[in-house]
Amino acid sequence: MAFFFEVLIGGLLSGVMYSLVALGFVLIYKASGVFNFAQGAMVFFAAMAFVVLLQDHGVNFWIAFALALGMMILLGLATEKFVLRPLVNQPQITLFMATIGLTFFIEGLAQLLGGANVRGLDIGIQDEPIAAIANATGINVSRFDLAAAGVAAVLVTSLALFFSRTRIGRALRAVADDHQAALAVGIPLHQIWGIVWAVAGFVALVAGMLWGARNGVQFALTFVALKALPVLILGGFESIPGAILGGLIIGAAEKLAEVYLGPFVGGGIEGWFPYVLALLFLLVRPEGLFGEKHIDRV
Amino acid sequence: MLYREAGQFKSSYAADQQIFPIRQDRIAVGAVLVFAFIVVPLTADQYWLSAILVPFLIFSLAAIGLNLLTGYAGQLSLGTAAFMAVGAFAAYNFLLRVPGMPVLVAFVLAGACAALVGILFGLPSLRIKGFYLAVATLAAQFFIVWALTKFGWFSNYSSSGVINAQKIEILGYRFDSPLSKYLLTLSIVAVLALAAKNMVRGTVGRSWMAVRDMDVAAEVIGFPMLRTKLSAFAVSSFYCGVAGALYAFCYLGTVEPEGFNLDLSFRILFMIILGGVGSILGSFLGAAFIVLFPIFLNSVAGPLEHAIGVKLPAGLMSNLELMIFGALIILFLIVEPHGLARLWQIGKEKLRLWPFPH
Repeated sequence: MAFFFEVLIGGLLSGVMYSLVALGFVLIYKASGVFNFAQGAMVFFAAMAFVVLLQDHGVNFWIAFALALGMMILLGLATEKFVLRPLVNQPQITLFMATIGLTFFIEGLAQLLGGANVRGLDIGIQDEPIAAIANATGINVSRFDLAAAGVAAVLVTSLALFFSRTRIGRALRAVADDHQAALAVGIPLHQIWGIVWAVAGFVALVAGMLWGARNGVQFALTFVALKALPVLILGGFESIPGAILGGLIIGAAEKLAEVYLGPFVGGGIEGWFPYVLALLFLLVRPEGLFGEKHIDRV
Repeated sequence: MLYREAGQFKSSYAADQQIFPIRQDRIAVGAVLVFAFIVVPLTADQYWLSAILVPFLIFSLAAIGLNLLTGYAGQLSLGTAAFMAVGAFAAYNFLLRVPGMPVLVAFVLAGACAALVGILFGLPSLRIKGFYLAVATLAAQFFIVWALTKFGWFSNYSSSGVINAQKIEILGYRFDSPLSKYLLTLSIVAVLALAAKNMVRGTVGRSWMAVRDMDVAAEVIGFPMLRTKLSAFAVSSFYCGVAGALYAFCYLGTVEPEGFNLDLSFRILFMIILGGVGSILGSFLGAAFIVLFPIFLNSVAGPLEHAIGVKLPAGLMSNLELMIFGALIILFLIVEPHGLARLWQIGKEKLRLWPFPH
C-alpha cells in the first residue's frame, strides 16, 4: 500500500508541474481567446535564457532571474504587437496556427541562444526523498517535488488574487468576457493583452526553471508542454482551478497507469495515456471540469 | 481576355456541373498533366525526381487529405502523420502476410485501414470541436506511433522497429528506378486529386462544407452529423494512409514509426495553411512551397557565406531556418490568410479583365 501511495504522491506532485505549464495556456486563453500553442516553446526559451545568463555569463541567480523575466516580458509584448495585433478579428483557428508559427520561431531562437545540447540547471533544491517522511510512513516524497508544489501553490494564489482583487485583473476578466464591450467602457485592449502575455511569460519562466532543474534544459521541454494540453481538456480552457486539478489528475493517472497497466502492454504508456484519458473524459463532459458550459449541442 | 468564360454556353446539367466547368481550366489541367507525365520524365534528372518531385507529390496527397478534413469539413486535426504511419505499416503488412497481394490493392487496403483508424479517432468530433478536437487528435498521434513501436508484429519483429518496403511490382513490371516510381506516384496522386476535386463539388463535399460553416444549421437542414463528420475523417484518413504507403514505398524505402512524428503532422498542417485552407490546388502549392523552401534557403546560404567570407556553423543555419519558417508562417497568416491559392484566384480575376482595367 505504501508503494501505491508513493506512486500516487509522486504523480500528484509531478502533476503540479504540468499545472504550471497549463496555467500559462489558461491565462492567455482567458484574456484573448487565443489558444497559445507556443506556451511550451516559451517555457523552453525562458529556461534557456536563464541558464545561458547564469552559466555562460556568470550572472547572479536573482539578477539572471530578473533579466530572463525581462526577456520574457519583451517577448510577450513583441508577440502582442507583431503577431496578434495584425490578426485581430481573424477566426480563432488562424490565431492558433499563428502561435504554431511562433512556436517554431521561439524554438529556433532558444537554440540559437543556448545550443542544442542538454544544459544542466541547479536551483539549489535537491531531488531526493525527505528522510523524516520516509522514516515515519515508509513513503518517499521528493523534496524537489514538494518545493515545486509549493511554488505552484504560491503562484496560483497570487494569480487568483491578482485576477479578482486588482484593477488590472478586473480589466483582464472584462476583456475575456467580451472584447468589444471592454473596449467600449474604455479598457485599453492592447495594453491588457501585452500584460497577459507578460504574465504568461513569467509563468513560463517559473515552469521552465523547475522543469529545467529536473530534466535539464533541452528541446524535450517543449514536449512536456504538450502534456499540458490534456490537462487543459480535463480542467477546461478557461479555468485556473481547473488547470491545477487537471494537472493533479493527469499526473497521478499517468504514473499509476504506467506502474499498474504498463506491464500488461509493454510499458511506455506514459506518453499517450494522458491524451487518451482526456479523450475519454471529453466524451462524458466536453467542457471539462470547470470550463464554461457552451450550449451548442450538435 | 485570356481567361474569359463568355461564350461558353452550357446546354445540360452535366455540362454545368462538371469538375472544371470553364474551358480554360480544362486546358490548363490537361496541360499540367501532359507536362507532368511527358515533359518532366524527359527532362528531369534523378535528383529532381527522387528528392524533390516524389516527396512533393506525396506531401500534396497528404495535404489534400488533411485539407478535406480541416479545410472542407472544418475539423482541425494534428494527427495526420499518424494516419500516414497506419497506411505505411498496413501496406507493408498486407504485402508481407498475404501471398500474391498486388501492390495497388495493398495500397487501397492500407488506405482503408487508415480510414478505419480515422473513424475511430474521429468519434470524439461528434461531441467536441475546435481546439478540444485538435488535442483529441493528438491522442491519435501519440497512441498510434507508440503502438507501432511497441508491438513488434507491425514491423515483423525487426529489432529497431524499422521496416523495409518491399519491391513494387505491378503486372510483372518492376518499379525500381526513380523515374518509374515518379510515374507511379504521379498516377496515383493525379487520380486521387481528381477524385477529391470531384468529391468536394458533390453531395459529400457540400455536406462537409455545410458542417464547417455552421453545424447547427447543417443539422437543421437535414445533414446527418454522425455520417458527415465521420465520412470526412474516413476519406481524409484514406488519403493520408495512401500517402503514407507511398511515402514508405516510393520515397524513403525504409521507415520507422518515429519518422511519423508530430513534426510531420505540423509540416502537413503548414502546407495547407500556406497553400490555402479549403482548396485542392492550395494543397499542391503549399506542398511545393514546404518541400522547396529548405532547398532554396540552403542554396541562398551557400553564396551568402561566400560573399561575407564567414562560414556559418551548421547548427546556426538549421535554427535560423526554423526561425525564418516560423516568421514566414505568421507573415502569411497576416498578409494572405487564404494562402497561395487565393493569389491564384486574384490572378484569375486580373486575367479575366486584362488588358482592360475594369
